[in-house]
Amino acid sequence: MSPTTAIIAACLLPLCGAPLIALLGRRENLRDAVTVLIAVATFATVCTLVPAVTAGARPSVHLIEIFPNLALVFQVEPLGMLFALVASGLWIATSIYAFGYMRGHHEENQTRFFFFFAVAISAALGAAFSGNMLTLFFCYEVLTLSTYPLVTHHRSEEAKAAGRIYMGILLSTSIGFLLLAMIATYHIAGTLAFVPGGILTGRASEWIIGVLLLLYAFGTGKAALMPFHRWLPSAMVAPTPVSALLHAVAVVKTGVFTIVKIVVYIFGIDLLAETGAGTYLTYVACITILGGSLIAMTKDNLKARLAYSTISQLSYIVLGAALANNWGIIGASMHIAMHAFGKITLFFCAGAIMVALHKTEISDMKGIGRQMPFTMGAFLIASLSIIGLPPLGGAWSKWYLVLAGLEAEHYIAVGTLLLSSLLNIAYLMPVAVNAFFYPAPEGSHGRQEAPLACVLPLLFTALGSLILFFYPGPLLDLCRQIGR
Amino acid sequence: MIAAHLPILQIILPLLAAPICVLIRPQKFVWPFVLIVSWATLGLAAMMLNQVLLSGPISYALGGWEAPWGIEYRVDLLNAFVILLVALIGAVVLTYAPESVKREIDGDRQPYFYAAFLLCLTGLLGICITGDAFNVFVFLEISSLSTYGLISLGRDRRALTAAYNYLILGTIGATFILIGIGLMYMMTGTLNMADLASRLQGVNHTRTIQVAFAFLSVGLTLKLALFPLHIWLPNAYTYAPSVVTAFIAATATKVSVYVFLRFVFTIFGADFAFGTMHIDYLLLPLALAGIFVASAVAIYQSNLKRLLAYSSVAQIGYIMLGISFGTITGLTAGIVHLFNHALMKGALFLAVGSIFLRINSVQLDDLSGLGKRLPVTSFAFVLAGLGLIGVPLTVGFISKWYLLLAAIEAGWWPVAVLVLISSLMALVYIWRFVETAYFRPVPDDAPPVSEAPLLMQIPMWLLIALAIGLGVQTSLTAGIAQRAALWLLAGAP
Repeated sequence: MSPTTAIIAACLLPLCGAPLIALLGRRENLRDAVTVLIAVATFATVCTLVPAVTAGARPSVHLIEIFPNLALVFQVEPLGMLFALVASGLWIATSIYAFGYMRGHHEENQTRFFFFFAVAISAALGAAFSGNMLTLFFCYEVLTLSTYPLVTHHRSEEAKAAGRIYMGILLSTSIGFLLLAMIATYHIAGTLAFVPGGILTGRASEWIIGVLLLLYAFGTGKAALMPFHRWLPSAMVAPTPVSALLHAVAVVKTGVFTIVKIVVYIFGIDLLAETGAGTYLTYVACITILGGSLIAMTKDNLKARLAYSTISQLSYIVLGAALANNWGIIGASMHIAMHAFGKITLFFCAGAIMVALHKTEISDMKGIGRQMPFTMGAFLIASLSIIGLPPLGGAWSKWYLVLAGLEAEHYIAVGTLLLSSLLNIAYLMPVAVNAFFYPAPEGSHGRQEAPLACVLPLLFTALGSLILFFYPGPLLDLCRQIGR
Repeated sequence: MIAAHLPILQIILPLLAAPICVLIRPQKFVWPFVLIVSWATLGLAAMMLNQVLLSGPISYALGGWEAPWGIEYRVDLLNAFVILLVALIGAVVLTYAPESVKREIDGDRQPYFYAAFLLCLTGLLGICITGDAFNVFVFLEISSLSTYGLISLGRDRRALTAAYNYLILGTIGATFILIGIGLMYMMTGTLNMADLASRLQGVNHTRTIQVAFAFLSVGLTLKLALFPLHIWLPNAYTYAPSVVTAFIAATATKVSVYVFLRFVFTIFGADFAFGTMHIDYLLLPLALAGIFVASAVAIYQSNLKRLLAYSSVAQIGYIMLGISFGTITGLTAGIVHLFNHALMKGALFLAVGSIFLRINSVQLDDLSGLGKRLPVTSFAFVLAGLGLIGVPLTVGFISKWYLLLAAIEAGWWPVAVLVLISSLMALVYIWRFVETAYFRPVPDDAPPVSEAPLLMQIPMWLLIALAIGLGVQTSLTAGIAQRAALWLLAGAP
C-alpha cells in the first residue's frame, strides 16, 4: 500500500466501518467480530506507515482547498505517527474489552455505542495525521461531537448534566480561544501549515506570541489545563470503555498532542525559548499537575480519582512542550504513549471491578486482590508506571521531562515533577496495596474475575507498560525525529 | 435565442404562471405545474450565472429601449448569485410543499397560495435582476404584498395580526425607499442605476442626496430586519404556514440585503457611504446589538419557530456586521453568510414543517423524546443546527471564519471576541432542542407517528447536504462572494 493510500485508508476505515457496525446491529456476535476486524485492519494500515516515517519521509495528501492557501491536508510526521499508533493499537484492546464490559454490565444501545466509538477513532486518527492546523481543528471538533453521544450514553439526568459541561467547556474553549488564535495566526502568517521550526518567527512581537500561546493552550480544552478541566471528571458518567480509550487516550491525547504539535510546528521551540513565551504556560501546567493530584487524593470514587490523575498527567506533557527544548519534546511525546498504556490499564481495571463485583468506591475495595488477583496485579503494575518507577515505561518519560527542566534551568518544574511523583504514590498505591493486604471481604467465595474479554486486554496493556521500559528504542527513534 | 433573453425569461416565467395557477382545473394539477415552473426558473438562474461567469455582466434592454431611457435588466456576479439562491430555495420549498400545504391551508385556498407564492418569487427575482432603481421599488411591492397574503394564510388567527403588522411596517419601509429614490431622481433626473452612480458623483455633497441616503438606509434596514427594526419578523415567521416561513426566512431578508449592497456600494459608492456618511458607525453597533439581543431572546423561547425567527434576526446581524467593515474580507463574509444562512435556516424551517406535520405542535414542551419518535427529522434538525453554531465542516464555519478574519484584519479584536461569544449563544438555543428531543422521555400518551413523507424528506436533506457540502467545497460560495466583494469595492456599477 502506498503511504498516501495508507493515510486515507487509516482515517476512512473506522469511519466507513461505523455504518457497517450499525447495519449489523441485530446480530451481536457478527457486529462485535466486525468491530475487532476493522480495528485490526486500521492498526495494520497505520503500521505500514512506520518504516517510511522512521526513514525520514513525510507522506502527505492534499484534499480540497477550503480557504485561500489553506486546504484539508493530511501529512504524517513522527509525532502524529506515534499518536496514531497508540490510538489505533489500543482501540483493538478496547474493542475486545468493550464486548466483555457492555455485555457483562448489560448496557443498552450497544450498536449506537460502537458506531460513535468508531467515528471518534476516525477523528482521532485524522487529528494525528493532520497536515495543518485547520485540518486538526476539524478533526478536533468532530471528536468532540462524536463523543457527546458516548458520554451521555445512559440518557439520565446525570448524563444530561455531564453532557452540558462536556460540550459547554470543549466547544466554548475551542470556538472561543482556539479558533481565534488560529485566525489570528492565519492573518499574521498567511498560512496554518505545520512547518518544522514554526511559521511565526519574525512575524509577530513577543507579547503577541505569548498571548497566542495561551489562547492555543487554553483553547485546546481537551488538554484539560486548569481551570478548563471540569469536563473530564464529568465525562466519567460514560460506560468505562469510553473513559478508558477516549478519556485516557484518544480525546485527551488529542488535546495534548495538539499543544505539542502547535509548539513544535506553529511556534517552533526556538522561538518559544528565545521569547520566553512558554513561561506562563509552564506555571499553568505546574499548577494543574499539583492541583489534579491533590484533588485526586480526595476522591473515593475510583473513576473520579483516575480522572483527576489524568488531568494531572496530561499537564506533564504540556509542561514538556512549554519548557521548549528537545528533551522536553521527547519527554512529552513519550509520555503520550507511556501514560496511555498505564492509564488505560487502570480504567480497564476499574471497569472490570465494576462488572465483577459492582464496586465503584475505593473504600469498598479492600481485600479484592484475593478475588481478582489478575486485575489488581495489572492495576499495581500500571500504578507504578504512572508514578514513573522502573522497570515500567513511565520511568522513561519522566526521566526526559526532568532532564528538560534541568536544561531549561526551570527548577520549579523539576520540583513539581518530583513532588507530583510522591502525590501519585499517595493516591494510587493505597488502592492496590489495600486490595492485597486486607483479607477478602465477607461473603466472597474464591476467585471472581471479570469475563475473559475484560481481563485479557488489561493484562495485555499492563504488559505493554513493562515492554516499553525494556524496549523504548523504536519509540525514542520516532520522538527524536519530531520537529526535524 | 433563449440565451439572449435569459434575464426577462427569469421574470416572465413565474409571473405568467401565477395567474394560470388559479385557472387550472382540476386543482390537483396545480402543484405539478408550479413544480415544473419553479425548477425551470432554477434552471434559468443557473444558466444565467454560468453565462455571467463565462462572459461577464449581461445587460438586457427591456422592449429594446436602451438605457438610461428604458428599463435595463443587468445581471452581474452578485445578483446572479442571489438570483440562484432565491430560485433554488423556491424550487426546493415548492417540492416540499404539497403535504404541508394540504395540512395547513384550506383546500379551496390552495391555488391562491401557489399563485401568491409564485408572485412572491417573481418579485424577489425582479428586485435582484433589475438595473433600474424605481423598478426595484415596483418588484419590492409585488413581493411584499404577496408575502403579506402568504403569511395571513396561517392557521393560527394571530397570523392575521402578524401579517397586518408586517404590512404596516413593510409599507413604511417601502415608502422610505421610494422617498429616497425620488430624491435621487430629483437631483439627477435618472433612475438607471449605472447612470445614477456616475451622475451622483457631482451632487453627493448636497443635503438632498444625503437625506436620500438616510431614507434609503432606514427603509432597507427595516425590510432586512436589522435590529431594532426587526419587530415585524418574529410574529410573521411564527404564525405563517411552515412552507411560507421556510421560503421567506431564506430569501426575503436576503434579497433586501442585496438591495442594500447595491445601493450603498454601487450607486452611492463605498467612499460616500463610509467616508462621508459613516454608515459603519451605525451598522456595526446595531449589528452587534442585534446579534446579542436576538440570540439571548432566542434562548428563552418555548416555540421552536419563534426561536428560529429570533435566531434569524441574530444571523442578519452577522451579515450586516461583515458589511459594516467595508473591507473585501468583511463583504465576503457578509455575502457568503447571506447564502449560507439561507441554506441552513431553510433546512431548519423545513424540518420544523415536518415536525408540525406529524406532531401537530412546535412548542418545545411537546417535542419531548422527539429523537425516538422522529429520528430522521430530529437528526436533520441537529445537523442544520450545528451549522448555525458554526461547527467546522458546515457552511456556518466558513461564514464565521471570514467574519472573524475581517474583524482581526481591521484590528477590531473585541468584535472578534464578541462574535465568538455569540456563537456560544447559538449553541445554547440549539442545545435546548437537543436536550428536549434526546434526553426527555417520550410522553406515555404520545401516539406512534411515522416520519414525514419522502417528498418532504428529500428537499430538506438536499439543503442539509448543500449546507455541509458547501462547507467543504467553498469555491462556489466563498469564491464567488469574494469576487463579488472585490468588484463591489472597486466601485464599478
